[in-house]
Amino acid sequence: MLAIDGWFLIEDGLTYLLGSRCGDCGTIAFPPRPSCGHPRCAGTIPAPVRLSRTGTLWSYTNACYPPPPPFAAAEPYRPVTLAAVELDGLVVLGQVRDLTVADLRVGMTLELTSGPLADGPLIWMWGAPR
Amino acid sequence: MSVVVLGVGLHPWGKWGKPFQEYGVAAARAALADAGLHWTDIQYVVGADTIRNGYPGFVAGATFAQALGWNGASIASCYAACASGAQALDIARARILAGLCDVALVVGADTTPKGFFKPVGGDRPDDRDWLRFRLLGATNPAYFALYARRRMARYGDTPADFAAVKVKNARAGARNPNARYRAEVTTEQVLTSPMVADPLRLMDICATSDGGAAVVLCSPAYARRHGGRQVTIAAVSTVTPTFPQADLDLPMIASETVPQPEHGFKTALIRAAYEEAGIGPEELSLAEVYDLSTALELDWCEDAGLCPRGEAAQLLRSGETALGGKRPVNPSGGLASFGEAIPAQALAQLCELTWQLRGTAGARQVDSARIGLAATQGLFGHGSAIIART
Ligand SMILES: [Zn+2]
Repeated sequence: MLAIDGWFLIEDGLTYLLGSRCGDCGTIAFPPRPSCGHPRCAGTIPAPVRLSRTGTLWSYTNACYPPPPPFAAAEPYRPVTLAAVELDGLVVLGQVRDLTVADLRVGMTLELTSGPLADGPLIWMWGAPR
Repeated sequence: MSVVVLGVGLHPWGKWGKPFQEYGVAAARAALADAGLHWTDIQYVVGADTIRNGYPGFVAGATFAQALGWNGASIASCYAACASGAQALDIARARILAGLCDVALVVGADTTPKGFFKPVGGDRPDDRDWLRFRLLGATNPAYFALYARRRMARYGDTPADFAAVKVKNARAGARNPNARYRAEVTTEQVLTSPMVADPLRLMDICATSDGGAAVVLCSPAYARRHGGRQVTIAAVSTVTPTFPQADLDLPMIASETVPQPEHGFKTALIRAAYEEAGIGPEELSLAEVYDLSTALELDWCEDAGLCPRGEAAQLLRSGETALGGKRPVNPSGGLASFGEAIPAQALAQLCELTWQLRGTAGARQVDSARIGLAATQGLFGHGSAIIART
């Protein structure tokens, strides 16, 4: 089960973020938008688009204390690592799988993967390139 | 024409655990006394809302008016996240400038829960603020930490630079009877406090506080009839971002473009205020900026044009932004010393500007202060910049 519908998909073991692309002005957005975000664009309904599966690490941090609900914190709690990754002209946040802040450097390449939230549903995650 | 700040008042910040309206009423009475007015003189009331205190918080203007005793004044309530107080001020200002009233009272107050701010209750998968917690566990400090890490990677800032902001602001806060934290701290204490969101530690991040602030605004003609040393509002900016928004703003899960601070939202907010006031950063005597984290104060210094991009840590080390420096930043002690009481905070900043510009800021007085800037950034595209002058 995916933690949210329509934002990402997993196909043949590969995870893809699903953005939206405006047919009129080409604006790409994530999460997908129901209408174009460009203020001068009358905008047809943007079409879904798969975003790049790799990107450059823009910044990162971790949550040393369990975030509050509705986040489901694992017990015992292990710090969640968060990455902000630059791809397709955007910066997209995600949890980081199998790496800690000590393993990360701004500018390194990360690849999209997925993993479970502590209560089960799958979410996109950033990981080391395969 | 510029509206006049006739009176200001605060209820001290803390974790008092009382209903928010008590802080608002105390601040309102202090501001009225400062203005030399009675509550029944007030023609218009604007309340800055709080979203964590039930229905009375959503209709804060009416809540404060009822608590002070119905006086028949016209009323408004508004919410704009951290900019709520500034937006409430701007509503009152517009009413006065339009000639619809002569004197208005603006009040904001909050009672905050313990710990991280979390989304208001219920399952709301269409709410980005709910989703960033649910999907990512991205708390407010996580965003502050992402910005802080960028400074380290881009400009070579260090955790010791961030700690030095706290040391500076704690020294100012120690001289402010309204601040919640009044002890000076050392760099060592900051650098050994628990890590919260790498690279930010507990003492790098502002707390959530209870507090209340109020301002009496009036027309110049009304002010002339009531005397007193005049502080005027030269600008209030509440502009929204422009597409594509060049920030990774709370509570966004992705940006609209690769963030560029020189085109960022905080920069735009302050630039609009400079334009309205017809001044530039070199004319500021002081600035109160929204130091949700230590590192964020450095971003603000650059956004306000107090130094070139990437040089805020150097500016800090020069002492220019400390009390006694050329252009003190957060002479009140800032959020580092107050903690955040959301709807009251922008008004508290204006209270500090007013005391500084009147020359009544006591042990933290900035020498011959003439023009002050106060800036906030909230979430969901709300922010503010206010310029006050003598
Ligand atoms: Zn478009």
